[in-house]
Amino acid sequence: MSALKRHYVLIILAAVLLLLPLVLPNNYYYDIVIRMAINAILVLGLNLLIGFAGQISLGHAGFVGIGAYASAILPTHFGWHPLLAMAAGAAIASAIAAIVARPIFRLKGHYLAMATLGLGIITAIVIKNEAAYTGGPDGMPVVALALMGFEISGEKKWYWVLAATLLFSFWAARNLIDSPFGRALRALHGSEVASQVMGVDVVRYKVAIFVLSAFFASLMGSVTAHYIGFVTPNIADFFHSIELVTMVVIGGMASIYGSLVGAILLTALPQALSTFEGWETVVFGAILMFCMIFMPRGLVPTLARRFGGRESEGD
Amino acid sequence: MALLEVDNLSIAFGGVTAVQHVSFAVERGLVYSVIGPNGAGKTTLFNLITGVYTPNEGEIRLAGESIAGMAPHELALKGMARTFQNLQICMNMTALENVMVGAHLQLDRNLVKAMLRFPGIARRDRELKDTARELMAFVGLASYWSLGASSMPYGALKRLEIARALAAKPRILFLDEPAAGLNARETAEIDELVRKVADNDVTVVLVEHDMKMVMNISDRILVLDYGKKLTEGTAREVRENPDVIAAYLGSNV
Repeated sequence: MSALKRHYVLIILAAVLLLLPLVLPNNYYYDIVIRMAINAILVLGLNLLIGFAGQISLGHAGFVGIGAYASAILPTHFGWHPLLAMAAGAAIASAIAAIVARPIFRLKGHYLAMATLGLGIITAIVIKNEAAYTGGPDGMPVVALALMGFEISGEKKWYWVLAATLLFSFWAARNLIDSPFGRALRALHGSEVASQVMGVDVVRYKVAIFVLSAFFASLMGSVTAHYIGFVTPNIADFFHSIELVTMVVIGGMASIYGSLVGAILLTALPQALSTFEGWETVVFGAILMFCMIFMPRGLVPTLARRFGGRESEGD
Repeated sequence: MALLEVDNLSIAFGGVTAVQHVSFAVERGLVYSVIGPNGAGKTTLFNLITGVYTPNEGEIRLAGESIAGMAPHELALKGMARTFQNLQICMNMTALENVMVGAHLQLDRNLVKAMLRFPGIARRDRELKDTARELMAFVGLASYWSLGASSMPYGALKRLEIARALAAKPRILFLDEPAAGLNARETAEIDELVRKVADNDVTVVLVEHDMKMVMNISDRILVLDYGKKLTEGTAREVRENPDVIAAYLGSNV
């Protein structure tokens, strides 16, 4: 399969990202697109864990929070370079994920959900309580991200940074699921005992993908913090975790581009529904219910099947 | 030295001893069958040898090396492969990908290289696709290779498990009721396939209910009853053994 055919959706996505600035009227729309891109990358990482490997995490926002607060605290209180702080955040998130993953992945189903939920809640509580460093519930400002004297600030610069990151993430994720590692991951979801018999060390693979998605969650947390210039504990809380899981499910489990669609829709929807004044949450919930009742497999897999597309993107 | 030696193997679940002091040896290149009435402990014996269960007592040696209590993924490294009585196909993948998973241990499984799609990984995957297609043709599934596993019929999935197991290039292959739920024609085809596998220098250990198939293709047969070894021998010896007849038809016959 040629690279062109393999990545044709990615090429379309690149073209769209390239042309989008021509039609975006003002910074408000840039802001929405940037948030969509951040969510898409987060959701992609989470979909690798939930959709492809079949392991639930209800505490993913905890890792986003670790990254965001590492980027807020380390430069402000300790004078670290923001890039170093970002790397430290990702390292801390990965380390925590790796340490808790082994005992957590002995658990299955509801127990795994509860354990990850607990992990997320603990992170949020620590952030709220360590007010001396984190500013507590009020949050704290974040310094601007500068690379070799070039400061990334303003929606337009961030747009290009995130467009590039988005393309790279989707390219890498697409490669991953279509590799020996990715097939092992999907196989342990399909049949754990069969994959073991084929030589897949299932615990190692579950830990690896959990750490990977925590790593990317932390990086995107740092990016969010620098982009907005301010962090509050909301970034790490339970509702943010649920929001991310909802994006995975609505877009489509085990669908690379479902992650993109889920993130775009659920980021845009609250904005689009703001005209309903106070009823937007009800309409939002109704739309989610409608999606789950009529498209339980998620948008992208359902539509791909209906229009005669391929069954999975993994082939 | 026999390829597989099982010595005094036992396991109990609560008060029930499912396998009790079973010993046997499988010579290289043979088709070795394990038979017995329902609940005789055949699948439990398979699960013990392939590392799904850990024995309470006894010894298992593969080519002289002790393997009792090893995890299934470690046994895969030693050249052991198996299929399952209740299908264990990955329905979230295509037929071809299922076979490709079988070759897991022969591949570069590095995460970072995979994400950046190093040329070596892409090349090896292309080669593997060809091998996997050949294997699917070998088990008689040539026309299915582009399909999702979830859209394949039951009989085809039974063979897909065999193709996947063969992709691991095993020394010894355990087939747990490969003909269960198949009609007579399909059973005859599996029969032929098992012989073909054995002719390719893969030792086959088989659990099967279809007596015609077992008597046809087995070089040696082990008979279990209530978790104990009843007898062991060639098809003719087993068929004429009064204990075996009693176990199957009741002692008063």
